[in-house]
Amino acid sequence: MTYDFFYKLFGSQVVAAIIQGLLPLFVFILPFAVFAVWLERKVSAHMQDRLGPMRVGWHGWLQTIADILKLLQKEDIIASENDKPLFNIAPLLVFIGSYAAFAAIPFSSAFIGSNLDLGVFFIVAVSGLVVAGILMAGWASNNKYSLLGAMRSAAQIISYEIPTILVIVTIVMVTGTLNLNTLSEMQTGHFWNWMILGGPTLGVAKFLMIPFMIIGFVIIYISSLAEVNRTPFDIPEAESELVSGYHTEYSGMKFAMFFLAEYANMFAVSAVVAALFFGGYQSPIGYLGNLIGIKWLIPIEQLFWFTAKGLFFVFVQMWLRWTLPRLRVDQLMAACWKYLIPIAFVNLIIIGLITLM
Amino acid sequence: MIIDTENNVKAQNGLRTEHMVLNMGPQHPSTHGVLRLELELEGEIIKKVIPHIGYLHRCFEKHAEAMSYPQVVPYVDRMDYLAAMYNEFGYAVAVERLLGIQVPERVDYIRVIMGELQRIASHLVAIGTYGMDIGAFTPFLYCFRDREKILSLFEMTCGARLLYNYIWPGGLSHDIHPDFIRSTKEFVKYFRPNIKELNDLLTNNKIFIDRTANIGILPVETAINYGITGPNLRASGLKWDLRKDDTYSIYNKFDFDIPVGQGLQGTVGDCWDRYYIRVLEMEESLKIIEQAIDQIPEGDVTSAIPKRIKPPVGQIYSRVENPRGELGYFIMSNGSVNPFRVKARGPSFVHLGIMDELCKGHMVADIIAILGSIDIVLGEVDR
Repeated sequence: MTYDFFYKLFGSQVVAAIIQGLLPLFVFILPFAVFAVWLERKVSAHMQDRLGPMRVGWHGWLQTIADILKLLQKEDIIASENDKPLFNIAPLLVFIGSYAAFAAIPFSSAFIGSNLDLGVFFIVAVSGLVVAGILMAGWASNNKYSLLGAMRSAAQIISYEIPTILVIVTIVMVTGTLNLNTLSEMQTGHFWNWMILGGPTLGVAKFLMIPFMIIGFVIIYISSLAEVNRTPFDIPEAESELVSGYHTEYSGMKFAMFFLAEYANMFAVSAVVAALFFGGYQSPIGYLGNLIGIKWLIPIEQLFWFTAKGLFFVFVQMWLRWTLPRLRVDQLMAACWKYLIPIAFVNLIIIGLITLM
Repeated sequence: MIIDTENNVKAQNGLRTEHMVLNMGPQHPSTHGVLRLELELEGEIIKKVIPHIGYLHRCFEKHAEAMSYPQVVPYVDRMDYLAAMYNEFGYAVAVERLLGIQVPERVDYIRVIMGELQRIASHLVAIGTYGMDIGAFTPFLYCFRDREKILSLFEMTCGARLLYNYIWPGGLSHDIHPDFIRSTKEFVKYFRPNIKELNDLLTNNKIFIDRTANIGILPVETAINYGITGPNLRASGLKWDLRKDDTYSIYNKFDFDIPVGQGLQGTVGDCWDRYYIRVLEMEESLKIIEQAIDQIPEGDVTSAIPKRIKPPVGQIYSRVENPRGELGYFIMSNGSVNPFRVKARGPSFVHLGIMDELCKGHMVADIIAILGSIDIVLGEVDR
């Protein structure tokens, strides 16, 4: 594990823990955010019959870095009527909420921030922090649009956590573990051992489970879209209604933190979906490392597979965003309480019965 | 969702409650220009909408008094800048009626082709921005891509892409480009399948229908009382199109339908109907263009332009079917080279008046849907 490596290197637990904590930020989240912003621009551009950024670097791949440099130089505007302490804390809280989730995400069998036994639970819990940050931002901005956006956001995220958790409970019930690493290891082998295809259960139960697992996946994916405020659920920052919702008043790096948190969150929820339903870091077709007998290649391959799965779901999020219109607040709530939650409940019961078989 | 608007929140426990007043605009991404809507909200439910206009006022009518008749043309361009060709068309028709002159047939054909191309371009903007208001960004760029092709046709004709100064009283500023007929035919062939694509992407999208059907229902009686014309009136179910009902130029020579709202996804006269009418009208415009482009006669387009426009003392009200509705010009002549008075009756200004009626009881998100569906251009509201 990375912690042991840094502990041996520096001989200090504190230094090792700090490095261990910052590592995913610099190794993964920042490069991912830079890449995802570029990808979003390119995906949207090609869907809309245009080219997107083309000037900065090859096909504009340095565009995001240029934008970050621009944001760094921008004036940090704090209006006189803002509630300054809350206004300053809010972006941090939102960022921490989405960043902390990465601690429990197993990128590969050798690289997992913290191998928590309560992994999934931890991710759901810290994601809840984001709501507090958004509410703070909306309130502290002292702007009616921000307040409306924050109100909508809080209602939306809290509502959509319920179907998410119900689906997670379904998986936990089948596998008997909350540890994402164990969960991924249970889905080892080939892709027919993935939870979406019934997981490691045996016999007829496996085949009976497949349709309900697919339903569960669809529910958690839709809810995850709502949790990260992506279209068709981007109501809190609905540009055409609320200008840009709770972060209307933010500028410079504080705005960039919201932005970064959004993209980090996109990957976090995709990673959870991948870990729960699509075998986590397990390869669908076996490992090259096993084939040619180089053991240290396997974790690297796992990292590749995990990132690929996560990025695929991020891509689908972008695809949806640039295709679908936006729901209205009441329709959003209706979709959650009238459809997703009852279906998730029934799904939970049916899968429970199948497990008992 | 409609909630009873009469029952305000009562003060409970001696606490005073009041409605939140929200200023939407003038700097807001989806007010389609510089419009300020003063909203009175209870939570997210709208109690009252007061449109505040005038941010773009440019004294068109006062300017027109100081200009000679041909000099007014560039000013009418700038009223409804998304349908500049049609504004000129309407003004030219009005002045010609005042003068009592007949224009050559070729001029009429070119005017109709330009007018209908402009109608498609204008509807494309309306549809595209409407999609964007609802949250679908991609149809907007698809629409603008096609609109660019029309603007290129205009550029080929008169060198300008937005404000043309092309249709003059008595004729046209110059003849069409030799390539124009071929390019227009190509455009018609290219554009037809794109309407189908637009329907797949937006019109029949479940979320889009959820957002627009049964929202902002405009009954036909209310529409008539408020003076609503054009696609908005037809969406309410009344077959009223000045191209047929008070015909001008050579529209009576062409075979085309007037689509009316049928409430396919909800109630007649809802936002979806108003949106869909525009999609259907684009197809009808294509029909007219196809017919006109095949029959276009030879001739001189500048021969009938009077050297000096000096109408006899009198007045006229002449109206045409602009992409947004009835565009009327009231021109009063005192016998001099300058008009004594030019009053434009713009559809956008009239349509804006119905906002309060349509929005009451809806949610904030619906305001955007309703405002987008009545398709106003602020340049014409303020003039």
